[in-house]
Amino acid sequence: MAVKVIYKHTIATRWMHWINFPVLTIMIWSGMLIYWANDIYQIKIGNSVLIKFFPEWFYTKLHIPYRLSEGMAFHFVFMWLFIINGLLYVTYTGVSGEWRYLLPKKGAFKESWQVLLHDLHIRKTAPPQSKYNAAQRVAYTMIIIMGFGSLITGLAIYKPVQVQWLMTLCGGYEAARLEHFILTVGYVLFFLIHILQVIKAGWNNFRAMVAGFEVIKENKNAQNK
Amino acid sequence: MKEILVDEVAAKKYKRKSIIAFIVFFALIALAWTGWKWLVNQPRDNGIRGGIQKPLRKVLDLNEEVYSGLYSTKHLIKEYPRSAAAKKARVNGDVGLGPDLFDPAAWRLQIVKAGGDTLFLTLDDIKKLPKIDVVFNFKCIEGWSQITWWSGVRFSELAKKYGLDVETQMKYIGMNTPDEQYYVGVDMPSMMQPQTILCYELNGKPLPMNQGYPLRLIIPVKYGVKHLKRIGTISFSNTRPPDYWAEKGYDYYTGL
Repeated sequence: MAVKVIYKHTIATRWMHWINFPVLTIMIWSGMLIYWANDIYQIKIGNSVLIKFFPEWFYTKLHIPYRLSEGMAFHFVFMWLFIINGLLYVTYTGVSGEWRYLLPKKGAFKESWQVLLHDLHIRKTAPPQSKYNAAQRVAYTMIIIMGFGSLITGLAIYKPVQVQWLMTLCGGYEAARLEHFILTVGYVLFFLIHILQVIKAGWNNFRAMVAGFEVIKENKNAQNK
Repeated sequence: MKEILVDEVAAKKYKRKSIIAFIVFFALIALAWTGWKWLVNQPRDNGIRGGIQKPLRKVLDLNEEVYSGLYSTKHLIKEYPRSAAAKKARVNGDVGLGPDLFDPAAWRLQIVKAGGDTLFLTLDDIKKLPKIDVVFNFKCIEGWSQITWWSGVRFSELAKKYGLDVETQMKYIGMNTPDEQYYVGVDMPSMMQPQTILCYELNGKPLPMNQGYPLRLIIPVKYGVKHLKRIGTISFSNTRPPDYWAEKGYDYYTGL
């Protein structure tokens, strides 16, 4: 009986993935401390407020009120780690050739739809895949573009006079702030789906993000991946 | 993705590798958590470096080095037509505007010169300088902004007229309200930017009391916290003058 060992994630990928997790958490948390001081965003249908960012109980629970200066301090310290880690990741992915697994291929959106239907147990078979399926390719590429978007919109709000052209590119100061906020909401949604998918994918998949490899007993017939 | 086939004996090796990887993983989590606790529990400084953990303040100072390197007095903020300005400018903050200690008739702008002499200027003295408009998107550190129309005299022009050459070679400028309750420190390059004005009009009318009558600072390359209302004294220094909000944990530079 043979055992198959699949080297899935390189050590660089794993380090950058796990560094990003606490850093992004701190960025989102400190961002909320900043946002609180002018918390004007809400989703409305007609005249009724559907979601207010954020309700009072949410602020109280997370100890957010009256911490603007602290939020700014943490945000403008940890942004460096977020930027450096992100740039390293993009550089590494480009140079190592890992991008081949990550960039969406032709027909990615149609295939992502099929993956989604399969994941929701509506469709029986999943489309064939290599390291990542089409939906993952779309998601993991999207998240990098979003990270870049956070960098651009963040810089536009942060230095609106020195890099005025960037602020104009974002559609103005207020627009840049809103875009920065929406991107963050996007991260949170990504995170929620990501966690669900990791739980669903199971132990071997999680181990690969920590130890780097998956171990599969070969005697079982078809690996139902 | 590299795949290898191994026998069951060799497979044990991978089990061991997994366990070691997870031990390292949890050790790193513990380390990160310890580092975080260390950071948030670091002592806070006093004075203008006050309010936040010392290591954070150090990084903010490094940030200032980065940005002041990128800063140029040639980077002008976008200006708007007067008609774009809000009819009612938002009022935020009244520290230093207490009515008791302020006598409009007796008010003079005091400029403390490097040699120790003080210039006393009346509002009429200041109004003799060329008046300019600045209609720009005023930005509050809280996150809101508003297009507002201010008029007054360029600080750089005033400095030239009153021969403050030695003074404007210094690194910082300090300003107080007459009652000394509110005070700011600003780096000289931002102060000498051509849109930085000593302002005496809002929407073409004399400044209201709550906007800092008779004279306030408008400095578009900074957040509102630096736009001191009701200037009493101006002084110069090569070290950072006291700053009301920096003492409460805000970045000293706050340059936009």
